[in-house]
Amino acid sequence: MPTVPALPVVLAGVGRTFGDRRVLRDIDLEIAAGEIVAIIGASGSGKSTLLRQVGGLDQPDSGTVTIDGTPLNGVDQRTAIAFQEPRLLPWRSVARNVEVGLPRSTPRAEGRARVDELLRLVQLEDAKSLRPRQISGGMAQRASLARALARGPGVLVLDEPFGALDALTRLTMQDLLLEIHSAEPATILLVTHDVDEALYLADRVILLGTEPGYPANSGAVIRSVITVPGKRPRDRGSASLAQLRAELLDGLGVSTHHPAHTF
Amino acid sequence: MADQFIAATGTAGSAYSGLAVSARRKTLPGPLWLRVLLGAIIPLAVLGIWQLIVSLGLIPSYRLPSPASVVLAGVDLANRGLLFSSIAISVQRVLIGFVAGSLVGLVAASAVGLSRVVSSLLAPTLGALRAVPSLAWVPLLGLYLGINEDSKVALIAIGAFFPVYTTVSAALRHVDPQLVEAGRAYGYTGTRLLGLVQLPAVVPSVISSLRLALAQSWLFLVAAELLASALGLGHLLVDSQNNGRIDRLFLVIILLGVFGKVTDALVGLLERYLLRRWGS
Repeated sequence: MPTVPALPVVLAGVGRTFGDRRVLRDIDLEIAAGEIVAIIGASGSGKSTLLRQVGGLDQPDSGTVTIDGTPLNGVDQRTAIAFQEPRLLPWRSVARNVEVGLPRSTPRAEGRARVDELLRLVQLEDAKSLRPRQISGGMAQRASLARALARGPGVLVLDEPFGALDALTRLTMQDLLLEIHSAEPATILLVTHDVDEALYLADRVILLGTEPGYPANSGAVIRSVITVPGKRPRDRGSASLAQLRAELLDGLGVSTHHPAHTF
Repeated sequence: MADQFIAATGTAGSAYSGLAVSARRKTLPGPLWLRVLLGAIIPLAVLGIWQLIVSLGLIPSYRLPSPASVVLAGVDLANRGLLFSSIAISVQRVLIGFVAGSLVGLVAASAVGLSRVVSSLLAPTLGALRAVPSLAWVPLLGLYLGINEDSKVALIAIGAFFPVYTTVSAALRHVDPQLVEAGRAYGYTGTRLLGLVQLPAVVPSVISSLRLALAQSWLFLVAAELLASALGLGHLLVDSQNNGRIDRLFLVIILLGVFGKVTDALVGLLERYLLRRWGS
């Protein structure tokens, strides 16, 4: 099966309001094809909401999301999403769960071959016939990634994909994600609350938060965009990254101490 | 292979799988003959005490027939060709009514459980209909459909409908919204989503509602046949009461118990198959 080439994503003036609570405001962002962009921000800063706009699970009240030049309207075949929880169907085996991600028109034999290929890529070929309750959290998250890749996405949207994993598993998964990215190069938009993870994985890091001096329900904007230097795989302990890390934490710290942050 | 993986998984995963395994082992350990023997103790004891009471003449035989006379009543009915025809017509009514009622119940439950519009439209009416004591339908059904097979089967279907409708529509409303959203995110909508996520998720509820529906079906069968019929186990009950045939009354009650249990066991087999296929 041909893998879909990575696709560029453009967000123009994207805003989203729930009732009288404005979550996002004037989000402008251009993501190049094949780029990895990490979104960080304090809890409740609208990271997941922004991601859901790109994943097609929610529609903005204002502005547009465009993928490869065509506007997004609902769930789109060109994007695939993986959640913080693996969200595997407990009554299906790992392989049958990955199958869920295959495009609808995939012929049976081709689909099976593709699932096997993806299970090899995420190192789950030995667990293919196990049920989700029989595998660990890290394995389940890998199965969830394989399911997303089965869709052959041009844009891969990841909502805190490793957030529920233990620290050690998380590091292994980050390396796996980079391996996947070189094997199946999609544009990746990922939400994380882990600054180190963002700096290790991303080409650019987007800091999301309310502007200083504005009330919390004025909606989050892009506070800063940081281009991470150096080619991947990066040295986890590099000094220039440490500098950026301090900057980003500083940015997050401001939002967390914001007096209006209480809901 | 599987054991190796369970052992290798993290704490959360293995603890969870341990739970699931222990929850599934409901039956007693030990060989089958031991379980059969244990289950037979009480019925055999009841039979013994029954025989003893009759032999000692503690209760007169017009109030309590002997076990032998109950068997003889069965043989007598069989010789007249009444036993098997009564059983056959009753089982037929139960099965048709049960299948029809549960299928309609499943469809109604899917519509109400999945669509807010359909739920707002249908749920209040169905709730009100459910509140009508089901036997109140008997005269009306008799009038509309006549005192024939249709009215009896319709009554049984009504009896089977409500347990399935109520249980399954409630269960559908509580399917993990995260799984539903994941299904949507992969392009599944409508009946495809229903088949991928919602229906498999409510399989345990469907099974327990089917068991309830089956019990209700037998209940409504007897009600329908008691009130108006010329053949069937319920008719045999009324007839025996009118003729003072207490031996036949005992026979029919025992037969109803046996057939109710046998059909329930058949649903139990279906349950084992479905849970192996769709259980987590």
